[in-house]
Amino acid sequence: MSQTLCTKTLGTRTLGTRDVYGDVLVRLGQQNPNIVVLDADLSCSTRTEKFAKAFPDRFFNLGIAEQDMISTAAGLAAFGKIPFVSTFAVFATGRAWDQIRQSLCYSMQNVKIVATHAGITVGEDSATHQANEDIALMRSLPNMNIIVPADGIETEKALEYLVHDKNPVYVRLSRCKFPVIFDSDYVFQKGKAVLLEEGSEATIIAIGIMVSRALRACEMLKKEGISTRLLNMSTVKPIDQQAIVAAAEETGCIVTAEEHSVIGGLGSAVAEIISERCPVPLKRIGLNDCFGVSGDAEKLLTYYGLTAEAIAQAVKDVVARKRKRN
Amino acid sequence: MPPLPESKILELKETARQLRIEVLRMLTRAGSGHTGGSLSIIEILVALYMVKLRHDPKNPRWPDRDRFVLSKGHGAPALYAILARLGYFDPAELMNLRRLGGMLQGHPFNLSTPGVEISTGSLGQGLSVANGMALAAKLDKSAVRVYVLMGDGETQEGQIWEAAMTAAHYKLDNLCGIIDANKLQIDGSLSEIMNIEPIARKWEAFGWQVFEVDGHDFQALLAAFDQCEQVKGKPSLIVAHTVKGKGVSFMEGKVQYHGVAPTEAELEKALLELTC
Repeated sequence: MSQTLCTKTLGTRTLGTRDVYGDVLVRLGQQNPNIVVLDADLSCSTRTEKFAKAFPDRFFNLGIAEQDMISTAAGLAAFGKIPFVSTFAVFATGRAWDQIRQSLCYSMQNVKIVATHAGITVGEDSATHQANEDIALMRSLPNMNIIVPADGIETEKALEYLVHDKNPVYVRLSRCKFPVIFDSDYVFQKGKAVLLEEGSEATIIAIGIMVSRALRACEMLKKEGISTRLLNMSTVKPIDQQAIVAAAEETGCIVTAEEHSVIGGLGSAVAEIISERCPVPLKRIGLNDCFGVSGDAEKLLTYYGLTAEAIAQAVKDVVARKRKRN
Repeated sequence: MPPLPESKILELKETARQLRIEVLRMLTRAGSGHTGGSLSIIEILVALYMVKLRHDPKNPRWPDRDRFVLSKGHGAPALYAILARLGYFDPAELMNLRRLGGMLQGHPFNLSTPGVEISTGSLGQGLSVANGMALAAKLDKSAVRVYVLMGDGETQEGQIWEAAMTAAHYKLDNLCGIIDANKLQIDGSLSEIMNIEPIARKWEAFGWQVFEVDGHDFQALLAAFDQCEQVKGKPSLIVAHTVKGKGVSFMEGKVQYHGVAPTEAELEKALLELTC
């Protein structure tokens, strides 16, 4: 594989991706007067309240009205503004899907939906607030881009990049803090898989909070003598097909890991590509077509099998399937 | 603006007559489309595009143009007819409406059609989009005004009322909403399917300045647009009372012409009425 290995560390430092968003938004707002921010009565939780305090004239609270918020953002964009739109992932994508489809994607408006509280790590608020289908909803829309940062640093770098990108985009952030993986000199490239571990026997493709867990899985597998490649697929759309096909061809089996349903998300995207271009054993780690429940975020991740141990076991399973085939 | 001289009004009426013929011809050729609700908005569009809007057909992206959003996107044939008439694109395109490879989609598509500000068709979104434009114009301290045309049936969509709150909350006095009150929707009359009355009082209660006019009377429409410009601190709404299928006797007030194109025989009959 020609890609260079990305510098990373996995220590004890953590950052909230939404906390980073709140701070970066203020800095971007200082640099670019065209940036406006919209929220639907969740600005404390999404952290857009910082922007609201810094630039009250460029912040619009639409109240509890997500559909209105998305279409309003389209109008602002049509007039030349750069809207960042925030609410919880479940409302942003589910409640306002038709608005995103027609006013943003079909009309090609430069709107950045930065949703927080994605996945089951929403925790105690339960299934009504846990978006495990949001990537599926956004991925089916033509013209839409999807970014799922793996840590606070990638969140910052992706947001800085996206200010200059004119495509409608969905950025998926979380309620909980993520372990920091990247150095501060990390360079975000839309549409490029990030190589975090080189390996020859299997590949893990992960997004979001599952990337740090996949890193730990790689350490475990190394101790057992299984050389595993790790790709951070932070751009879920347009996805890096080349890196996926190369992983299938060079390592012969793949595990995907996402804090999202196995239907329609990263696992589906990878399955679609390899089944057409290079069919190899695949295991998808994610929510298995079920709603979540209330609980502590960390305990929920364990309860639903979204752990380093589960990823490592899945790698052993696909490696065994590969060997059986050969 | 003082009332237009009668000669100018006659010119507008003549344009409206010709656009009705264009709309019927393009719909008949397309073989599908929304006849009734295209004919009911002709005078509204003519008054806007030929008198009220500051715009430049040769420079559709002129930053200082007034914005028009056709929230009831199924009225597209009427919009296309006037955009073509004014030179936004080649009128020959009208005969390719709804055809594979043609510029003119069944509902307005901003990426393919010069003069279309945003794609519409799924109802209820246009007022929110117009609000966004009006907010942006205010941020830029621009004199641009934003007009948005909704169907009366469209106001059954909940998002319209979210947007109605937003426009009033943000005091969007650079925004003018128009409701094409033709009283009919696909399945029947609004009063039977889902009553929206008292529509004027609802919008007033939501914080809008409301005017009610005959939506086929140019002087009344233009006077109302002028009055809207004088309103400060809140958005304005014109409830334009119209007749669905206006101008063709056998289509007027007939719900069956909502989403159906005329047959060749119906076109011939309609043209007889519109050309004499």
